[in-house]
Amino acid sequence: MWADLSLRFVLGGVIVSLFAHLGDMFQPKSFAGLFSAAPSVALATLGLAFLTHDGNYTSLEGRSMLVGAIALCFCSQLVSRLMMCGRWHSLAVASWGILLWFGTAFGIWFFALQ
Amino acid sequence: MKIHVSLTAFRQIRWNELGLRFLLGGVITASAGFIAMKFGPVIGGLFLAFPAILPASLTLVEKHEVQKKAEKGMRGARRGRQAAAADAAGAILGSCGMIMFGFIVWQFAPSYHLWIVLGSATLVWSTVALCLWMLRKHVNSFLQRFVN
Repeated sequence: MWADLSLRFVLGGVIVSLFAHLGDMFQPKSFAGLFSAAPSVALATLGLAFLTHDGNYTSLEGRSMLVGAIALCFCSQLVSRLMMCGRWHSLAVASWGILLWFGTAFGIWFFALQ
Repeated sequence: MKIHVSLTAFRQIRWNELGLRFLLGGVITASAGFIAMKFGPVIGGLFLAFPAILPASLTLVEKHEVQKKAEKGMRGARRGRQAAAADAAGAILGSCGMIMFGFIVWQFAPSYHLWIVLGSATLVWSTVALCLWMLRKHVNSFLQRFVN
């Protein structure tokens, strides 16, 4: 198990860093922001899921990822609005965003996927 | 505003920022794998779209903009927040592309090969995100002309 988790850690770290730095290279910032929602964690995880499990297992992860991405859309919307207000610190805004992500993702999971 | 690539961004990158992104990306990927092992792929899959690097991205974008303004002798706190807000606005469109990425994997993973599914899903993510960005840009410029 530890070997598998270590491989995921390295692979995920490399792909996330690559997408993040790709985003840093682009201007304007709204375009660079597309890379903040790049499927970097998904590429590493689903690639390994394909190799270690069958296609049906990967398909289930893909369906849940769709739900997670809907939650990410709401989270980014909230973060963008709160940052534009200019009253809150970026870490506080990110915390509210993550809280909304958990609420939305697990809310949809509870009503639609469970 | 046109899209342009700036290689000066590489000069702004510091090793601690690179390390932080690597660490956060690695931790969330390993955690998503661990959660999938313990609770199954339905719960584990949710975390494939977890905003893991959101706090780091927001803080770094804001910090870089403030530094840029400080070099010119200006305060730049407001500009930093606007840049972070614009980055998050881009993430809204990126996440719409990610919804389509998940849809492609969900529908085609049982029948097609790994590289075909992940390759086409990534292509669809980038196409959807880029098209939505261009659409928003055109709608915004149209609305500005309409208002003026």
